[in-house]
Amino acid sequence: MSTIATSAERLTRSTPPLGGFNLTFLAIEFRRRLRNRRTLAFTVVMPVALFLLVGLPLKDTPLTSQSIADGGLSVAAYILISMAVYGAMVASTSAGGAVAVERATGWSRQLRLTPLNPVAYIATKVVSSLVLGLLAVVATFAAGLIAGVQMPVQVWILSGLVAWLGSLVFTALGLFIGYLVPTENVMQFLGPILAVLALFGGLFTPLDQFPQVIQDIARWTPVYGLGEIARAPLTGADFDMLAVVNIVVWLAIFALGAALAFRRDTKRV
Amino acid sequence: MPSVDGLNRRMTISQSAPQAATAAVHAVGLTKRYGRVTAVGGIDLTVQPGEVVAFLGPNGAGKTTTIDMLLGLAKPDAGSVQVYGQSPRSAIAHGLVSAVMQTGGLLEDITVRETVQLTASLFPNSRPADEVLKRAGILDIGDRNVKKCSGGQKQRLRFAMALLSDPGLLILDEPTTGMDVEGRRDFWNAIREDAKSGRTVIFATHYLEEADAYADRIILVRRGRIVADGTAAAIKNLASGRTIRASLPNADEAALRAIVGVNSVEVRQDSVLVRAGDSDAVARYLLTQTSAKDVEITSHNLEDAFLALTSDDAAADSADSADDTAELSEPIRSNA
Repeated sequence: MSTIATSAERLTRSTPPLGGFNLTFLAIEFRRRLRNRRTLAFTVVMPVALFLLVGLPLKDTPLTSQSIADGGLSVAAYILISMAVYGAMVASTSAGGAVAVERATGWSRQLRLTPLNPVAYIATKVVSSLVLGLLAVVATFAAGLIAGVQMPVQVWILSGLVAWLGSLVFTALGLFIGYLVPTENVMQFLGPILAVLALFGGLFTPLDQFPQVIQDIARWTPVYGLGEIARAPLTGADFDMLAVVNIVVWLAIFALGAALAFRRDTKRV
Repeated sequence: MPSVDGLNRRMTISQSAPQAATAAVHAVGLTKRYGRVTAVGGIDLTVQPGEVVAFLGPNGAGKTTTIDMLLGLAKPDAGSVQVYGQSPRSAIAHGLVSAVMQTGGLLEDITVRETVQLTASLFPNSRPADEVLKRAGILDIGDRNVKKCSGGQKQRLRFAMALLSDPGLLILDEPTTGMDVEGRRDFWNAIREDAKSGRTVIFATHYLEEADAYADRIILVRRGRIVADGTAAAIKNLASGRTIRASLPNADEAALRAIVGVNSVEVRQDSVLVRAGDSDAVARYLLTQTSAKDVEITSHNLEDAFLALTSDDAAADSADSADDTAELSEPIRSNA
């Protein structure tokens, strides 16, 4: 009992650095994501499986007029990148959406009894979503590498980076929805929405196989820009500036939505 | 023996009472409304370091709302509250106050120890995880998943988390709800052991026995107001008194209050209701110096007093009188 602080000692205490952001918190947060089988199924297993089922059989189908024997690219590479984007966006959305569960169970209220700054809390969610997104990209690319997909080194790196960092758009979406709806399982209804968005973003089938009307609409949906830019290093095609605008605008919309919903949430307590 | 201990404590405390700035809790006119319902209607409260205070009242009395305001979890509509001279949020951020809340608030997908480690990581200086687990009596289930813990174990986990920052003030909101008799006793023994180190404790309860057994000071709340405030002994005195009821138009309230041993006076249109330790003195006054008729004297036990002070019947009873809580509006101060 002699170790108990005196009241005078207590009054000299400081608040934690970085608002309470720390590696222990982050490690436990990430461990929780990994323990969730559903999260793993959708972020790692599904993109890898889709690649193996859909992409791998097309390994010898050339993407361009240049034959694979002449060093041309295969359709499998195109699908591989799409799946990496898909895995990363699902991972980020679910990591951001975790705030919904924590609000529903009252954990976020419990955290208000600690020095943790709400911004540090969100930062932890963002970092954990980045780690989970990276895991999804690495797992998908590893499957592609092992399966023998050929891409120039800079394509692996650039496409991987775009798929990974671009997923921040969906971290923001997850946080936005997470602060908007108090529910135990936010991914249950976000999952199908993400699948539709991925379809419109050309992740499952190239967009030019859709009717023109669908193509015109798809350009304005949130996955379109990300898909275009992620595949650009591979196809070598210049991507539309519209793709960049698409990413920036959707990131702004989701981040602003998340910020407003967050403020409403902390005000209400 | 707790009351003797409590009495000593209060005596030393009252000597240093003027230093309101260092009070563990200093609240003035705390008010919270939800729509048209007033959950807390003007609570004044000062708790000195080292006190163990029970917030006693029925469900819906405003205990939780008051605690939420002390912790900065709810914003008062009027009034102010300071914890160790700071805002509640600042006091929490500096690890000066922690709380065990009623329900929820735990992650189900991590272990007991991980929960404590996570919480510990948020404080710049915290006690070791195993130390607080031991003090809360759950060291043996450290590796258990929170999901698999019983209600009592979860409550002990919340207690362990609250101990991490070694706070000067510990607030517990109905901490033993849902526990069996044994679990409740064990939990309170742990709290009591902890309070020996001089920690200030405020706990809300609707169990009279809990307040009596573990608190130095009991604050009775009803319908968002403090209706009595004193040591357990003082509340018992109140309870051991009798109620004198008489038909008497235009009773002289001041004269009645002046009688030695009178705790409270409620003047209604044609009658008067007096609570007093010495019912004879009141009866003598009423019968000899007023035109009172139908004098009725009833005695109460502790339970009756508690019910009378806190039940909704009491409110309905006096609803027609001008001041809803006239009879109770004068808090009984133990050291008055």
